[in-house]
Amino acid sequence: MSSAHSHDEIKKHVRTYIAIFFALLVGTVVTVWLNSVHFESATLTIGIALFVAVIKAALVAGFFMHLLSEKKIIYVMLAVSVFFLVAMMFLTIWSRSQLPRGSEYTPTKYVPHPSAVGSSY
Amino acid sequence: MEIPFTEKPRPDTGLYNAKVGIWLFLASEVMLFGALFSAYILLRVGADVGTWPHGLLDIPIGTFNTAVLITSSVTVVLGWAALQMGNFKAYRKYQAVTILCALGFLGIKSFEYKDKFSHYEVWLKEPVTVKHGDKEVSTTRVLGHIEYNGKHPYFWKTETLAGSPEKKDKDGKVIKAAVPPVESFKLEVDPYHYTMSPKEMAHAKKDAAGHAHPVMEIKASQVKRLSAFVPAHSTFFAIYFTLTALHGLHVLGGALVIAYIWGPGAKMWKTHPEQYINRVEVSGLFWHFVDLVWIFLFPVIYLL
Repeated sequence: MSSAHSHDEIKKHVRTYIAIFFALLVGTVVTVWLNSVHFESATLTIGIALFVAVIKAALVAGFFMHLLSEKKIIYVMLAVSVFFLVAMMFLTIWSRSQLPRGSEYTPTKYVPHPSAVGSSY
Repeated sequence: MEIPFTEKPRPDTGLYNAKVGIWLFLASEVMLFGALFSAYILLRVGADVGTWPHGLLDIPIGTFNTAVLITSSVTVVLGWAALQMGNFKAYRKYQAVTILCALGFLGIKSFEYKDKFSHYEVWLKEPVTVKHGDKEVSTTRVLGHIEYNGKHPYFWKTETLAGSPEKKDKDGKVIKAAVPPVESFKLEVDPYHYTMSPKEMAHAKKDAAGHAHPVMEIKASQVKRLSAFVPAHSTFFAIYFTLTALHGLHVLGGALVIAYIWGPGAKMWKTHPEQYINRVEVSGLFWHFVDLVWIFLFPVIYLL
């Protein structure tokens, strides 16, 4: 809607876009750097990686996709999507507790497919 | 045929229709990628300790590709802003960068895929001694690139070693020559295995950096199983290729649409500038979404 924005306003937006661009690059570097730290806790590693990713995603959605100043109907549509996404992730993680726990790993555990047993090489 | 559309925001939604349309589509895309991400989570947490392949992807290349995609995302939005100010030339330049970035991303990704297709895991019947970093270990599972007759073959699997008989058509004409069985091949052994912890693996890689990979001669009769890093290798590579290839198709599709609007579709700027700006905005929204998916894909698949 070009008529709704004045040139000055757009120029202001352009400065924001460039700032977000650098913030995203910094976020990427931080993600990779944190990965080389090797925290003792796997939960912490995953938590931090996802935390940085969520911030980066919020910057892209909020500013590049201008979700911060969008109309109500789009929020309503996305709310439905987010609700079902969260429900699906919740069910996924919940189902994990219903499954048997993984056994101890042994390097000789690999079992060849029946078709591969006794083949003629 | 004239497709009805609205250039101006409708009074009821406050938006032009294409914008409502693209957001509905993106809402469905959230569910598509969300379903695959949830599949990844279940496979990841359900894997036995020490069995999940990790550390096999090229992090510097992945990081570079992330930067390429972020750059393309900012040029899309800058191009759109330029167009709103009536600066068609600047828009053309920004979107040219976007298209180049998209092609660059796909090029780098295919380079990565190519390396995976010639990178192998070999399961042996008897343990062998290999170096993991500075340490010597005895193991039945080794990783590395295969060398056979001076070439690095792609897509080998266990059955490849047995060779294949001559194939003839109905008239007895040979359509495929017989392939002799492989007696032995060389493996450029990697100084690590993914059964190590991430920390051990990082150390082993560091210790071995700069040294040439030792070459090991492996007899076909010693091999229990052999697989390139293809979907059949493990659930990790199955979900890796599913997610990244689906994302790659989105990059390709988005680039095609943006290139159409940029090139042959640009005539519309003269006749219907409002509608043209809307098209640029809607294709841009899709492009940002593709970038957004990668923002989650990169840490989840490359780093965790």
